[in-house]
Amino acid sequence: MIKIKNLEASIDDKTILKGIDLEIPAGEVHVIMGRNGSGKSTLANVIAGNEAYEVDGGSIAMNDTDITEMSIENRALEGIFLCFQYPVAIPGVGMAYFLRSALNAHRKHQGKDEMDALEFLNNAKAILSELGLDDSFLKRSINDGFSGGEKKKSEILQLLTINPKLAVLDETDSGLDVDALRTVAKGVNKFKNENNSVLIITHYQRLLNYIKPDVVHLMIDGKIVESGDMSLVERVEKDGYSWLEK
Amino acid sequence: MVDKNQQVIDKTLDQEYKYGFTTDVDQTKFEPGLDEEVIAKLSKIKNEPEWLLEWRLKAFKNWKKMSEPTWAKIDYEPIDYQALSYYAAPKQKKNDSLDDVDPEILETYNKLGISLDEQKRLEGVAVDAVFDSVSIATTFKDELAKHGVIFCSFSEAVQDHPELIKKYLGSVIPATDNYFAALNSAVFSDGSFVYIPKGVRCPMELSTYFRINATNTGQFERTLIIADEGSYVSYLEGCTAPMRDENQLHAACVELVAHKDATIKYSTIQNWFSGDKEGKGGIYNFVTKRGNCLGDNSKISWTQVETGSAITWKYPSVIMQGDNSVGEFYSVAVTKNKQQADTGTKMIHIGKNTKSTIITKGISAGEGQNTYRGGVKILKNAENAQNFSQCDSILIGDKCGAHTFPYIDVKNPSAKMEHEATTSSIGEDQLFYCNQRGIKLDDAVSMIVNGFCKEVFEELPMEFAVEAKQLIEVTLENSVG
Ligand SMILES: Nc1ncnc2c1ncn2[C@@H]1O[C@H](COP(=O)(O)OP(=O)(O)OP(=O)(O)O)[C@@H](O)[C@H]1O
Ligand SMILES: [Mg+2]
Repeated sequence: MIKIKNLEASIDDKTILKGIDLEIPAGEVHVIMGRNGSGKSTLANVIAGNEAYEVDGGSIAMNDTDITEMSIENRALEGIFLCFQYPVAIPGVGMAYFLRSALNAHRKHQGKDEMDALEFLNNAKAILSELGLDDSFLKRSINDGFSGGEKKKSEILQLLTINPKLAVLDETDSGLDVDALRTVAKGVNKFKNENNSVLIITHYQRLLNYIKPDVVHLMIDGKIVESGDMSLVERVEKDGYSWLEK
Repeated sequence: MVDKNQQVIDKTLDQEYKYGFTTDVDQTKFEPGLDEEVIAKLSKIKNEPEWLLEWRLKAFKNWKKMSEPTWAKIDYEPIDYQALSYYAAPKQKKNDSLDDVDPEILETYNKLGISLDEQKRLEGVAVDAVFDSVSIATTFKDELAKHGVIFCSFSEAVQDHPELIKKYLGSVIPATDNYFAALNSAVFSDGSFVYIPKGVRCPMELSTYFRINATNTGQFERTLIIADEGSYVSYLEGCTAPMRDENQLHAACVELVAHKDATIKYSTIQNWFSGDKEGKGGIYNFVTKRGNCLGDNSKISWTQVETGSAITWKYPSVIMQGDNSVGEFYSVAVTKNKQQADTGTKMIHIGKNTKSTIITKGISAGEGQNTYRGGVKILKNAENAQNFSQCDSILIGDKCGAHTFPYIDVKNPSAKMEHEATTSSIGEDQLFYCNQRGIKLDDAVSMIVNGFCKEVFEELPMEFAVEAKQLIEVTLENSVG
């Protein structure tokens, strides 16, 4: 699905990513853990093509297409979806309008007809009820005045509507109460199948009790220093990260 | 990202102005120049009564003693008023049948998306079409007459309803009010007239479509709307002009009178040619608009979407004379390239329990300069007056500017005043968010800007809200990269 080779990236001349190698095949769920400031969100942003970051070396490929130089929206249309750690508010832009525009941009790219308002609404309502959100959610301005949990659920609503190939979840579990966490996990499990991939960035084991990862990576100072199975998560919960520094 | 944005902003404005074509018509046009004789000639063509000519000449006398205002934050070469022609009209006379209108002119309106053919016209919208100095046609007049509504050109109203004109002309904007209003009073050539009788809710939207075509000609129209007791009317004006190298002057006056329990909703979509990217050409839009809430419980609401003109100088205002009367001003003003807009409102509270709302959204791109200038005045006897003002600005790129000048004058201590103002740049993070969802940059910009303007667009009649949104989209295409 996605193949990242020796990726280096910086912001304001400060090098953050120092040679990342990461490959996620279709059907797999990978996890990245690492200290605050180690570069996890930076990696997510660089995968999505955020132009605030400079790519200094290496490459990113989606299904054998090199996307290192591709524009943000084209990557999105190629199937990359980022659940933001801090989704930004866009006052006055209704959730339904935004979501339908995004969905239809994808459909157009896939050579499909635009989805009409009624079908869209029915789909969206079904997802909303699974996420425990009221239909009136669609009438609100995107992320404007949303609670922390609502923001995360809104990201999952978008994920399920757009149905991309690769979902990058940047701390989607942070700040959620126990029920909301379960709801979000249910959403992610609903999304994943053998044809798509998930990359979960997290600090805690708790989400991983619901979503079983195939591979866990540990990141220190812009590099992946250790990859393995769930036991790495348990080790981190117990010992933190200092044992990796040597 | 920033550099790239800037490049595209610079590139932007090679944008074609969709309405920039000219129409080739046989016209009667005055030689350039302005004096008593020109005014007399104009008045004679219009077959005006003696008192109106006197009124014009008095205004002219005053105008000559006045000087052009300089307090606005706008910058332009002095206007040579003797180099302008003060009357241009297609040769054919206005007639009751559209068959008699020059097909070139009908085609012009078709191209502008305004069909004067009643059958094809948007359901429920009556149009008065003003081409240069004269009204070409007014649709649905008969239908409206059944309800007692008068909707006609100003010139016709002078002939057919002189008592109304005499009573109300200049009653809200005195001929000596300001430099441009005085000039307009002396030389206005046509415009629209509306009278809604007691207790009538006007059965359709009324609109006037202004088109400047002739070169070197000033357009000076005058609109007068009277809503009698308990009546309601929603009125819309639209404006476009060809692309020409020279600047063209447009100095209009709009007077509104709302009697007891009456409501007037006045919306403007102004898309005059704004000049090219070097700032060459474009309309100088110096307009005086004022409404008087004369009776108790009356309401006047101005909504404007200003995307055109090289210079906009315009402050639609409301005088709240009646008790419990309401004044509203909702505005979106966009400036790009070298456009300058100095616009806002004046809310004057005279009656008790009067209430005003001001919501403005300024959008600046390119090297555009956008100024909000608003005054709220609470007079001594205006017990329990309330004002809420919210003035937001958004900047696209780093060569443009937004400025806010609120003036507040409170003479009654019971007044409740609330003022909020914000200025922000269009967020890279907002653009990134939209792009990440597969939404193209242009679409993202217009989405964000339309969201920013939502409160104002909601005040527009349905059909025009759609038009306004599209206009913003076209105007801001390529303004970020
Ligand atoms: N826009 C920026 N400007 C300056 N520095 C930045 C910017 N974005 C990230 N950085 C820096 O890059 C480093 C990595 O940040 P990043 O957000 O990727 O960390 P993270 O691993 O996601 O941390 P957390 O677990 O706290 O979310 C930090 O030192 C951060 O300060
Ligand atoms: Mg982070």
